[in-house]
Amino acid sequence: MLVLGIETSCDETGLAVYHTERGLLAHALYSQVAVHAEYGGVVPELASRDHVRKILPLIREVLSEAHCSAADIDGIAYTAGPGLVGALMVGASVGRALAFAWDVPAVGVHHMEGHLLAPMLEDTPPEFPFVALLVSGGHTQLVKVEGIGRYQLLGESLDDAAGEAFDKAAKMLDLDYPGGPHIARLAERGTPGRFTFPRPMVDRPGLDFSFSGLKTYTLNTVAEHAEADGLPDEQTSADIARAFEEAVVSTLVIKCRRALEATGLKRLIIAGGVSANTRLRAELESALGKIGAEVFYARHEFCTDNGAMIAYAGAQRLAAGQSESLAVNVRPRWPLDTLPALDAQP
Amino acid sequence: MTLMAKILALDTSSDACSVAYSDGELLLERFELAAKSHTQRALPMVAELLSEVGESVNNLDAIAFGAGPGSFTGLRIGMGVVQGLAFGADLPLLPVSTLMAMAYGRAFSDTLPPSQRVLSALDARMGEIYWGLYDCPNPAQIPTAIHPDRVTAPLAAVSLLSQESAFTGVGSGWQYEPLAALGADFDVDVYPHAQDIVRIGAMQFAAGGTMAVDQVQPVYLRNEVSWKKRQRVRSAQPQ
Repeated sequence: MLVLGIETSCDETGLAVYHTERGLLAHALYSQVAVHAEYGGVVPELASRDHVRKILPLIREVLSEAHCSAADIDGIAYTAGPGLVGALMVGASVGRALAFAWDVPAVGVHHMEGHLLAPMLEDTPPEFPFVALLVSGGHTQLVKVEGIGRYQLLGESLDDAAGEAFDKAAKMLDLDYPGGPHIARLAERGTPGRFTFPRPMVDRPGLDFSFSGLKTYTLNTVAEHAEADGLPDEQTSADIARAFEEAVVSTLVIKCRRALEATGLKRLIIAGGVSANTRLRAELESALGKIGAEVFYARHEFCTDNGAMIAYAGAQRLAAGQSESLAVNVRPRWPLDTLPALDAQP
Repeated sequence: MTLMAKILALDTSSDACSVAYSDGELLLERFELAAKSHTQRALPMVAELLSEVGESVNNLDAIAFGAGPGSFTGLRIGMGVVQGLAFGADLPLLPVSTLMAMAYGRAFSDTLPPSQRVLSALDARMGEIYWGLYDCPNPAQIPTAIHPDRVTAPLAAVSLLSQESAFTGVGSGWQYEPLAALGADFDVDVYPHAQDIVRIGAMQFAAGGTMAVDQVQPVYLRNEVSWKKRQRVRSAQPQ
């Protein structure tokens, strides 16, 4: 089954063509990061306008790269939520109307299910069951995954998402949006141990997260060391970035280990933008290696938003017979654990 | 004499959602008030209408749509549906001004006295209106814009229009009190209709005025960005 996948939930327009036997045949991404960096965050109206401009050229691009024509496509998958409502509507409207014109089924995909299944696109995909850590600008969740659509929420952030905390810390240090890669780069030059930031909620039982206290702590540290321009000197900024990143990473690692112990599972997948963080990957591998557990993640370009994960997740659901009516529904908020389970496992 | 074109029209630019089909003889429209439910209604209405006339999207000659101005979200839903249909069925597009369509609808109304000149105005929020003044000499002719579509404060519109000879008014923009100074008869509760868009679209089609789907974007009119750009503290980034 050949599926066209469309992702427009936030500030990246992602398209892909995935075949259930032959794998990923093509993918293309247009990132609006440069557009939004000027504003220090995503401006929804600009994001929606850009999706409208980019979506058709990208569809042409992936069809051509996959050497297939319209008649070869067996189904269309589009991100139906969660995300920015205006941005979601663009991909959903185009995707559903295109499926109508091509007379093929269409399915609305949960964006976080896409992320969660992104490691399945790699050469050595994890087997079910596993624990998934979903870490992005909008989500920080630990989920027990027994199969596609069989998700049990183990814990989540009670306030800011980890990626959001990175963005806010970056803003405090006058770094660009999105903050994760900029903080990570600055942190490489930071002196380990100069600052030690609190690890939120690790002393409490349970698998929930909280990053707002860490945000305040970072803000206070920045203010304490601020010079005339309102910022610490460059080395101190790097030291703060280092301490911040270490605090987030070590909090995530502690909770992941705890989730594996609580479920008795030996496989962890990490997905979402923050899963591209090098320190997080290294520390998880080291910590989980000690308890005989394995870590799986997607290649860097599939950690952030992309069409490939939507095409993959949609293909599984379409192949199992799921499809949407002509009435398009987007769901800006959509709990992951309300998705229907697939009986047929890939 | 060319064969009459089969044209589908869609408009989701306002609180209404409408679709129309025309083949030169037959003209059918479905119109609903569908505030906040355009994504749920647009495609089912298209499918119902096509099924009623026994056509498939792949048999059409072109797709007309209300390109704007209007609600940004509504325009994008319409544009998205039209992009999907036109790309999927390899059809050209006929973008039609929503203000022109409203003027045409008023000028050739079955129930109201004739009015050759119509000022269409839509509430653009933020104390402004989208407006355009159209001359509609006869139904077989595309209306001419005397004042092309733009966005201004109502008072600015009044001053630009003060020298114009008589016209009638339609659209939500007429709820703004300053427009009363124009002394025109007006109706606030008027929405763009796909049946007017399909008629204008058919005339554009006959005149060779189709566009490739990749060349068409919604007409927002309001493009200035009101969001504040970041003030940098440091001029250069630490790398």
